[in-house]
Amino acid sequence: MRYLPKSESERREMLEACGVDSAEALFAHLPPEVRLTRPLALEPGKSEYEIVEYFRARGAENAAGYASFLGAGVYFHYRPVLVDAITSRAEFLTSYTPYQAEISQGTLTSIFEFQTMLCQLTGMEVANASMYDGSTGVAEAAMMAARSTSKRRLVVARTLHPEYRAVLETYARRQGLEVAEFGYLAGSGGLDLEDLESKLNDQTAAVILQSPNFFGVVENLKTAAEMAHRSGALLIDVFTEAVSLGLLAPPVEADIVAGELQSFAIPPSFGGPFAGVIASKERFIRQLPGRLVGETKDSRGNRAFCLTLATREQHIRREKATSNICTNQALIALMATVFMTVYGKQGLRELAEQNLAKAHYLAGRLPRRFSGPFFNEFVATTGGRSSETINQALREGKIIGGLPLARFYPELDDCMLLCATEMSTRAAMDTVAEAFHCG
Amino acid sequence: MAETIRKVRPHVNQNEPLLFELSSPGKKGYQLPGLDVPPVDAAGALGAENVRAEIEDFPEVSEVEAIRHFTRLSTWNYAIDLGMYPLGSCTMKYNPRVNEEVARVEGLAWAHPYQPESLAQGALEIMARLEAALAEITGMEAVTLQPAAGAHGELTGILVARAYLEWRGNPRKKILIPDSAHGTNPATAAIAGYEVENIRSCERGMLDVESLARIVNEDVAALMVTNPNTLGAFEENIRQIGEILHAKGALLYMDGANMNALVGITRPGDNGVDVMHLNLHKTFSTPHGGGGPGSGPVAVKSHLEPFLPAPRLKRVGGQWAFDYDRPHSIGRVRAFYGNFGVLVRALAYILAQGGEGLRNATLDAVLNANYIRQALMPYYEMPHQAPSMHECVFSDARQAKRGVRTMDIAKRLIDYGFHPYTVSFPLIVHGAMMIEPTETESKRELDLFIEALISIAREVEENPELVLKAPHNTRTSRVDEVTAARKPVVRWLRQAQR
Amino acid sequence: MSAYPESYWYTKEHEWVHVEGEIGTVGITLHAQEQLGDIVYVELPKVGAHVQQGKTLGSVESVKAVSDVYAPVSGEVIEVNESLAEMPETLNQDPHGAAWLVRVRLSAPEELGQLLTASDYQSYLVEEP
Repeated sequence: MRYLPKSESERREMLEACGVDSAEALFAHLPPEVRLTRPLALEPGKSEYEIVEYFRARGAENAAGYASFLGAGVYFHYRPVLVDAITSRAEFLTSYTPYQAEISQGTLTSIFEFQTMLCQLTGMEVANASMYDGSTGVAEAAMMAARSTSKRRLVVARTLHPEYRAVLETYARRQGLEVAEFGYLAGSGGLDLEDLESKLNDQTAAVILQSPNFFGVVENLKTAAEMAHRSGALLIDVFTEAVSLGLLAPPVEADIVAGELQSFAIPPSFGGPFAGVIASKERFIRQLPGRLVGETKDSRGNRAFCLTLATREQHIRREKATSNICTNQALIALMATVFMTVYGKQGLRELAEQNLAKAHYLAGRLPRRFSGPFFNEFVATTGGRSSETINQALREGKIIGGLPLARFYPELDDCMLLCATEMSTRAAMDTVAEAFHCG
Repeated sequence: MAETIRKVRPHVNQNEPLLFELSSPGKKGYQLPGLDVPPVDAAGALGAENVRAEIEDFPEVSEVEAIRHFTRLSTWNYAIDLGMYPLGSCTMKYNPRVNEEVARVEGLAWAHPYQPESLAQGALEIMARLEAALAEITGMEAVTLQPAAGAHGELTGILVARAYLEWRGNPRKKILIPDSAHGTNPATAAIAGYEVENIRSCERGMLDVESLARIVNEDVAALMVTNPNTLGAFEENIRQIGEILHAKGALLYMDGANMNALVGITRPGDNGVDVMHLNLHKTFSTPHGGGGPGSGPVAVKSHLEPFLPAPRLKRVGGQWAFDYDRPHSIGRVRAFYGNFGVLVRALAYILAQGGEGLRNATLDAVLNANYIRQALMPYYEMPHQAPSMHECVFSDARQAKRGVRTMDIAKRLIDYGFHPYTVSFPLIVHGAMMIEPTETESKRELDLFIEALISIAREVEENPELVLKAPHNTRTSRVDEVTAARKPVVRWLRQAQR
Repeated sequence: MSAYPESYWYTKEHEWVHVEGEIGTVGITLHAQEQLGDIVYVELPKVGAHVQQGKTLGSVESVKAVSDVYAPVSGEVIEVNESLAEMPETLNQDPHGAAWLVRVRLSAPEELGQLLTASDYQSYLVEEP
């Protein structure tokens, strides 16, 4: 068995040292009634070749080789080859959480850089070492706001990703937090500020909104922030398309920013693993969940990094911990860090500009539902044809169309959400436009 | 020192500044293809107030500097591919490389969670097969792959337990947690809205069944047990424990962190466990990656199945589909379906091992831990005498008489070329040294580890300063965690901004 | 000359209170800060908050541990030691003096009867495992 590095003679030596004549004897103290008395009903071990073939076959049953116009929280962006070259290095891939700073400076240094770059992108003052994903990041940010303000009400935009709202609901219910939703304007697709105002009261801990929102519409945070703060609530801004930060004004009016970094060279991978992030103003630093890396010196006076403010975390505070999170998504965050490094200050902007151009080209050829400004996603009406008919036609040409919105927004059952990125070709976009206008 | 340490020798390694210190305007590490559509003026399309100025201080480096930067950083890390991590309850086993290969298959790595189900059958088949394999391994009846990590799985499991009890009429108030439990357990219980009541372990280090029987009443929702416990000892009364809880309508939750001692030998589901979580990044070989991603599937008995997160997998007309019609579900614990990329790796591991291979891995894991235990017993105090399974726990009691503690011994172990064991945990052992080798360590590596700890025990007697000031040979010596916590600096700033 | 001032009252959770008239100055003892190690952060209530004897009034953190601080007496917080925010290390240097935590206007002076004298506290420290 290739993962067990012992020969029979070595095993025998070790068993002798332990004073037993078989490994089975080491389990003799287990009461007989707890023992499994048959082999596990699993196929025998396979060769490497068979394993690769199995997964290749499964991959072929998926949509390999299709162009796609899906967005809705998971985006197709080109992955620079440096990302896998670096994250495949054994010292990153097979290393442990950096609790022992002396032998983890590689991980700790890159996380410190990650935290810094997230602050630079979002305009916040502190950022943690990443969360499981954007959806749990939002839930944690909400709990952070409730703790900081000692209030129990959350006012949430309907244009926050539907699955993020579902996760928030699960966490909030458990914490005894009340969730009220406010709507969007039928014309622009942006925040209905009047509705927001009507939902605020002095028990509101936070207003939570997304920009660009689920419909792709770019929101202006200024008024929402003013309303929230006047009520004594915090503003939590959420992003699902990280590339938008290359071009859009950073959400400096927010108190907490939560988001998803999947766009930064993290494979879509049928929904995970991803990396969320929480960033905030400095005064919330002790309320931040998850890991934080801080700068310090070692005993010889050299700059060094270490995990810090661990007392917020589960292994010390136990039932008083700010969260039960025990991980960051270190390897995934590293992918994002390498991506941000490869593109850099100019590249991120150029990448974002290309996304803007592609999506606006496609949108120009389709009937748009909302008039608000958008980045790389927008909602189109399907008119006489149904979303299903259009998408089926596109599939014949190996194109996956947009997301029909009926499943999340019944009032928009004649609409679909489309995303175009730097990977979308003009030819494919023209085919999509034709599919909309035929018949 | 060169004669006594066989595993490592000092070596010159590169210094490297931060990206921001390498950065210079105009350096580029990328090139985008030209646009095949007309460019769009950002201010015109978005409104000038929605467009940012440049990303201040964001780095600009070339591709060469980028790869050199991260490569140099990587050489400052220890890793499984370099040597053993004896960390207790972490199960730092070999991360098979074929797992990495299959996770990158195009149709899997580029699958969008919202692509039509007819074009996602490969992904759904993988998930279904893994669910079935994990159910067989644990003896449970239904599995969810949604939680993103062990702690996330714990929370999911407790929320499911709560929903079930609520449906039965009373969610109850308390969760019982042994004082030997991992810190995520009480944190999870608190987030799920329960009070935590700690139960003391008896002097053999196991759960005291008589105390348990006295404490369990209709206010208790569940007991969270880790089996084997964090001392590496099998909870021999596990069936009785389940019976006591079930008699009062309470549930038995098992933290599956130590599954590596049980696979193929005994199944939690056969022994009274109602709900448990697994750690794919422990027992099932997926890489830790410096701290994540993990995956924490939850396995339940059929009475809890209706409450699992939605969606669940179902078979419709010969195809896999997602079932969202789950009226009793606790809802979602994260967007989409789970850490699919991690699930692929875990399934690859299970396929490679097969049933017999998984069982053999368990046998070797327990053999390795016992081999270490018998070799070190003459030198280190073992506070609890119960038989060890896949991990053993010593204490620093003998060395403490010379003023040397577990943390110091751990730091000196670094000079010998090893990552430290788990320091000061479990809390019920004062000065704990918790050691779990896993089955993927060779006899040679184990002998070097034993040799190192024996040598350190000698150093404690003859030259304690050497141990107290360790590590000596690393490029970074002990760091000042106190200043890092008093005056946290969690981002780089330009000199002028500090 | 004892490390523990005679005029202070002490609790089994290692807090002290020094009463002058109806005002009590509260802190943690030398023993407490020794157990905690280097203090990195102190969490204190706001002026105007009401504290209750035996209930948490705040916490003290070192790198590896957090310890709740329990109020030795009930009353209204009238002053908070702001200097500890900048210099938590004062707690290690002068826990019985400069590193006082809060000043409280006692609402139930009879509670002092439940506390330990300096010599009782020191005996208690010796007995404690």
